[in-house]
Amino acid sequence: MTVTAVPGVAERQRPAPRLRKLEDERWLALALLMPTAILLGLFIAYPFVEGVLLALSDARVGYAGHFVGLANFAKLWDDNIFWTSVWNTFWYTGVTTVFKLGLGLWLAMLLNRHFRGKALVRAFILLPFIIPTVLSTFAWKWMFDPTFSVINWTLYQLGFITQRINWLGDPGLAMSSIIVVNIWRGVPFFAISLLAGLQTISPELNEAAAIDGARPWARFWLITWPLLLPVTMVVMLFSVIQTFADFQLVYVMTGGGPANATHLFATYAYQIGIGTGLLSQGAAVSLAMFPFLFLIVVVQLLYIRRVEVR
Amino acid sequence: MVQTKRRSVIKLAGSAAAVASTGMAGILASGRTPAYAQQKTVHWLRWVDFVPASDTLLRKELIPQAEKELGMKINLETVNGNDLQPRATAAIQSGSGPDLIQAFNNNTYIYANSVVDLSDLVEDLAKREGGLYKYCRSLCSDGKMFMAMPWAVIGAMVAYRKSWFDEAGATKFPETWQEYHDIGKKLKAKGRPIGQTLGHTFGDAPTFTYPFLWSWGGKEVEADGKTVAINSKETLESVKFMTGFWKDACDEGGLAWDDTNNNRAFLSGTISATLNGASIYIETLRKPDQYQTEKGKPMKEDIMHSPLPKGPGGQFGMHLMQSDMLMKYSKNQDAAKEFLRWIHAEKNYGKWFESQKGYSTPPTAKWESSPVWNADPVLAPFKVAARLGQAPGYAGPPNGKAAEALTKYIVTDMYAKAVQGMAPEESVKWAEGELKKIYSA
Repeated sequence: MTVTAVPGVAERQRPAPRLRKLEDERWLALALLMPTAILLGLFIAYPFVEGVLLALSDARVGYAGHFVGLANFAKLWDDNIFWTSVWNTFWYTGVTTVFKLGLGLWLAMLLNRHFRGKALVRAFILLPFIIPTVLSTFAWKWMFDPTFSVINWTLYQLGFITQRINWLGDPGLAMSSIIVVNIWRGVPFFAISLLAGLQTISPELNEAAAIDGARPWARFWLITWPLLLPVTMVVMLFSVIQTFADFQLVYVMTGGGPANATHLFATYAYQIGIGTGLLSQGAAVSLAMFPFLFLIVVVQLLYIRRVEVR
Repeated sequence: MVQTKRRSVIKLAGSAAAVASTGMAGILASGRTPAYAQQKTVHWLRWVDFVPASDTLLRKELIPQAEKELGMKINLETVNGNDLQPRATAAIQSGSGPDLIQAFNNNTYIYANSVVDLSDLVEDLAKREGGLYKYCRSLCSDGKMFMAMPWAVIGAMVAYRKSWFDEAGATKFPETWQEYHDIGKKLKAKGRPIGQTLGHTFGDAPTFTYPFLWSWGGKEVEADGKTVAINSKETLESVKFMTGFWKDACDEGGLAWDDTNNNRAFLSGTISATLNGASIYIETLRKPDQYQTEKGKPMKEDIMHSPLPKGPGGQFGMHLMQSDMLMKYSKNQDAAKEFLRWIHAEKNYGKWFESQKGYSTPPTAKWESSPVWNADPVLAPFKVAARLGQAPGYAGPPNGKAAEALTKYIVTDMYAKAVQGMAPEESVKWAEGELKKIYSA
């Protein structure tokens, strides 16, 4: 037995021919990239391609459908609910991002100071972000309830209103209500991320500027803001992508109503595709989101690069 | 001392197992998995009943009994009615999910390609129980197959507060829409508006707006089921009337209501009338101490039911029809059929029907003579709901296109848009455009 073991050991010292290939960097790189590529392909590329194919067919629930070219998109062009949801999505994303950035930055600046119970406050700030969206949105839905709204009740008791405010029944108010909830939910993410950014800025810079006689406002604009900009842009990028494709908040609060007034891309796609079962048209709606989102992301990424180079 | 040998023990155990034909050796010998491992499971998806007692009855009594008698496992899942369609779509596309899925109204047509024909079961039931109502037949069968087994019809009637209507000068329920408007205006002035939803919700929205449209003489399509006919003088009249009715007489929060909001609003005394199933009344029967009038009397004594008022085109009703679809992808089709047959047997279905207390009307004529209908005169109007209903898609057939229009809430949105300030002509034109897209495809 020992006789046969000797050549075995000798063989093990040299890598097997297949493994030897990995000594070549190109093959090694390929092998190391493979897991990621497979994951991306399986969970991102494949569904995306399927989505595109679906959008180019006339598939309905239970019917595989045939290729119809761009017919679904032509239909969307004439669909005013679709255009309402396009406008809504931009409005929703734009307004909420501005407010989330403003409030988040303000909160981050406050949290960056030293005060008692700092850790506790920081933890509590995160609550809206931690609670599952559907859960907190249900709470908000009750607060905006047409009949039992606690906000209306309070305003009524304080004598500010004599009639109920129709929070979710009026198209404009419904959109505003949704925007408020999104801001409430999104501010902690901005605050905590920007706080992390603030803490990387050396306090000496501010101190030096203060000694030179710079007032707080000047210190913010000339020192804090430029140094925080790269972090801000990345946070904005994440937030814009998430908000643009938001679904659960609107679905729970209004379901896209009243009379389709608050639909976003995602909720309208869901209503047509999953609700009514017109899968191809639903896919077309959600695919229509892609060019817009792509453009926004490209612009932001270019901007981030410029900021970083500077 | 006799020595026990290993081999003899094995032999002994083997023969014992063979005799009892249960042990491991017996199973191995027969070459089949034992019966308990083959037990069939039927997954039944339904809405959350507005009469909670019925869900309790199903879970606690009927299903355990069916499991025992049929030797299968039955998995009842209940979800919000608005989630049934998304669940059905997802299940069909992924090819797995509940074996039986509840369908509303003519949604059965949307899934026609993905369900098993249940003609034999339904025709058998119809023969046994004095015939199936035309309404139920038209919603569940396209003439070639039964896409679903009719379960029940939820009658929709206006529940109203008698004393409040009396005070406003209406000793009986208004007969015409104009009268209803006038009374509603007085009631709203007193802070007791009529409550109606114009939201995207499966039951109370279409069962209000469709009959409303018909009663003015409006219709979605001509009888050929192709020519879109919504843009008519009659429809326009109805939309104009609705805008005034909404402003003068209705709770304007109704635009955002789902099927549960009007129940809560009525029970809390903020609205005087609403088109609904009998669930509001049944809830006041269940908790007489909790639901009281402003005078401290049980609310149940102050509720009456009436059909919707008449319009120039007549008087109509549309009632939520419920049926069970057996899905094509199901691997337990035989078991599911067996279960459907069991639950529709008179003695089993009867128990469920009684627990509904008149909230739902069975799909066959036989049950009209049930003592349930004599127990409470307030619920008596629901008895003939299934006999009188008109199907969505009128004047055409309630086919897949009509179902698509229904699930897109086009008729409801036509009114909702006008109520929100769009010119009535514009909203009718919008509805015409949407319907044409569906009917021309």
